[in-house]
Amino acid sequence: MKQLDLRRFPGFFAITLLCVVVLYAPLMVVSVYSFNASTSITNWGGFSLDWYVDVFTGPESPKFQRAAMNSLIIAVLAGLCATLIATSAAVAMHRAGRFKGKTATFALINLPLMVPEVVTAVASLIFFTAIGFSGGIGTILLAHITFCIPFAYLPIAARMQSVPDSYEQAAMDLYATPWEAFRLILLPLMMPGIFSGFLLAFIISLDDFLITNFVKGAGVETLPTAIFGAVKQGIKPNIMAISTLMLGVSVVFVTLSWLIGRSGQAKKP
Amino acid sequence: MKKILATSLIALAAASAAQAEGELKLYNWFEYMPQELLDKFTEETGITVTMDTYDSNEALLASLKAGKLGSYDLAVPGDYMVKILGDEDMLGTFTAEEVPNLVNIEDQWMDVPFDEGRKSSVPYQWGSTSFAVNREVFDGDIQTTGIIFEPPAELKGKINVLDTSGETLTLASMHLGIPQCTSDRDQLKALNALVMGAKADWASFGSDVAKDVLVSGDAAAGMIWSGFAAKARGEGAPIEYAFPKEGVIVWMDNITLLKDAPNRDSALAFMNFMLEPENAATLTNYAQYSAGVKGVAEFLDPEVANSPESNPPEGTTTVFVEACPEEVQVLYDAIWTNLKK
Amino acid sequence: MAAMAPGGASSSEIYKGNASRLLLPTWVVIGVFLLVPVALMATYSFLTKEFRGGVIWEFSLAAYDQFFLDRGLFGDEPPKIEWTYITIFWRSIWQAGLATILCLLIGFPTAWFIATRDARMRTVWLLVVTVPYWVNLLIRTVSMKFLIRDEGPLNAMLLWSGLIDQPLGLINTNLAVQLGLFYSYLPFMVLPIYAAVERYDFALSEAAADLYAGRWTTLRLVILPVVKPGIIAGCILVFVPSLGAFLAPDLLGGAKSFMIGSLIEEQFKGAAGNWPFGAAAAMILMTIVMIVLLVYARSQTREAKA
Repeated sequence: MKQLDLRRFPGFFAITLLCVVVLYAPLMVVSVYSFNASTSITNWGGFSLDWYVDVFTGPESPKFQRAAMNSLIIAVLAGLCATLIATSAAVAMHRAGRFKGKTATFALINLPLMVPEVVTAVASLIFFTAIGFSGGIGTILLAHITFCIPFAYLPIAARMQSVPDSYEQAAMDLYATPWEAFRLILLPLMMPGIFSGFLLAFIISLDDFLITNFVKGAGVETLPTAIFGAVKQGIKPNIMAISTLMLGVSVVFVTLSWLIGRSGQAKKP
Repeated sequence: MKKILATSLIALAAASAAQAEGELKLYNWFEYMPQELLDKFTEETGITVTMDTYDSNEALLASLKAGKLGSYDLAVPGDYMVKILGDEDMLGTFTAEEVPNLVNIEDQWMDVPFDEGRKSSVPYQWGSTSFAVNREVFDGDIQTTGIIFEPPAELKGKINVLDTSGETLTLASMHLGIPQCTSDRDQLKALNALVMGAKADWASFGSDVAKDVLVSGDAAAGMIWSGFAAKARGEGAPIEYAFPKEGVIVWMDNITLLKDAPNRDSALAFMNFMLEPENAATLTNYAQYSAGVKGVAEFLDPEVANSPESNPPEGTTTVFVEACPEEVQVLYDAIWTNLKK
Repeated sequence: MAAMAPGGASSSEIYKGNASRLLLPTWVVIGVFLLVPVALMATYSFLTKEFRGGVIWEFSLAAYDQFFLDRGLFGDEPPKIEWTYITIFWRSIWQAGLATILCLLIGFPTAWFIATRDARMRTVWLLVVTVPYWVNLLIRTVSMKFLIRDEGPLNAMLLWSGLIDQPLGLINTNLAVQLGLFYSYLPFMVLPIYAAVERYDFALSEAAADLYAGRWTTLRLVILPVVKPGIIAGCILVFVPSLGAFLAPDLLGGAKSFMIGSLIEEQFKGAAGNWPFGAAAAMILMTIVMIVLLVYARSQTREAKA
């Protein structure tokens, strides 16, 4: 037994605790204050669920519900489209050998990650204005699909790299067509990766404020833009309740993706 | 996954179909329209209203320029912005027969310079812009624009300024006693120097936060609109709205028909609806400005009708923001950009 | 990102010949909805501005001129270097850099600590650190604003404890923006470093210890060089989004902390209405980011070769 534990550094545990406190303090404070009975955001007026009731039945509830619905529809559709596109791209990048323009394609897939968000937002606004397209949630959806692709691609490609192609080879030796080999062998094996890809794209779409705010059509709000609009006039208790609900949803999602990831790992060939 | 996709697509289609019949797209200032009034309109006409909001006349213009013209039916620009939108050919027109309640408009608001004879717009609310001061922080004389532009020590660093070039630079011009839309170099330089110097004493630029910072105490003084100040007072802010000796800005916001309005009939129905004295009064009771419509008095809450913010003392100087010609406006824009960065 | 480089371990050829068909959707979507818009934006930055928003299709360098040269309020003075926009960019770079350093100072020990737990605790800690990343950025920024307001819980607590006798006055300062950036992107720093430390071979530390290296010497001379790729990846993941951040400066910064993101937004959504100028500022921002990424990519290839 050595005198020195090489894994330990004095103070690192304290810093980790500090890190966790920094990460959670703001969210916790907001969660606590969302149960405040008072209409003031400064003073504590006792425990109540009034603001949660207000979120679902209050005067602003239709606006936020519509926004939440829009967010959900956009995130599901953008997540699905991005996952579909990314899966197809991953197959090409990892199962189709070498081809011309592979490096360029790789750069293209990652481009949305590299271009700063505000630049994407401005460029999309200019583009949609120039072609005269300002249709409802359509602009938001197209922009979201685009920047979700690399996020869906990352876990899918990572998973595909870890699946050896011997199973598909075997299937094709048994006269399966490439499509059959893909559908019956590769796709099921990749499912955990595809699902994480979808979840990541879904969350990224749900999270986006800046690009959405630039390209959204008349009368269309997503949850972040609606919350931003409300928050600009001051933080209200109902916003804190909505935030706490979204925090809850996020926790559920992380747990879900973690469970799926774990089951995926357990089945790793 | 296919199922999810199909379901979402159906939901999407259903959502857009539901909106297709009898709808109205309104582009309005934030916190400026009580939900009950929209509900009442929908109840009476079957038209559903979708409302987006903006926080300055300039932001409205920017948004319309960025491809939103043609997707909204109505907007609620202030007087000088109605003029600008008209000059930019962004307005639609209507006839007196199409909006029968036009006769309800108060005479002084009928033949207005920004929309002569009311062919594109009808009154929404009118009020004033100056500033409000937290009396617990500062109890000296507040009836001067110096409060904002050369603040006393107690208020330094605790001032919020409206994030809108039109009103802020106009108030600054009034402080200096120079005319609006001037192209005189020395005057513009003085204006530039004044606001740049004052910026050091300002905490923030914000229109949408103007009320909240006073209520929460994050700011001790702030430029604000009269009704918004009344609301802040109603929410417990210990503030007084000032009528400075240099004058206040008076404005009128107008429900304005936009060019290429997709639902023109709904838009005109809404204008007519808002000119009903009872509805105009409901709006006034909410926004706490003044209506510009005849016959609202009997429906008004006495606190709103008699609020100190809406009843300036005798002899208060009032000024409208002017729409400057392009070659002059670019200079004001330069000052504003210079200030904001 | 580097781990995913093309043509790596898996150069399977099962679907050979189908590449272009499989990649068509990617090319079309990213091409049409990102490449074309960015190219259009680049074009706009060389056009003439239309009064109050929009462009006139006439070539002009006015946007870049305005960015770099000061010709006085009336535009007729001899040109000097315009410092205002350079200052805004410099402030953004400085803020993003500081946020990166702060994240590193907190993130590295955290990542190290987590990576050296046993498997079960590792998962728990990792989950604890990732959850905030999944919470909406806007909500996190708003929460921070609420926490540090003059009348907010942080000041109330400090006042109550007697540590301070008047509010800190954090809100609407550069420091508040800094705090917001740091808070927003901290998980981005922890995760890549964690991944690198997890793969670290502790035999190296043992060898160093056998040669009488102290704890901190080992950290400096052995551990840091080995986990450097993770650190660099983390720094990039924090620096790049911080540089163009909009929410933190807008919600926490007030009037005095204009950053690139707000400057650009103002040109399109605010009173300024100068599209070519906004496009030019966006181009300059993108150029800076691309240079950072290029330097990073270079260092990666060099390392791979070494």
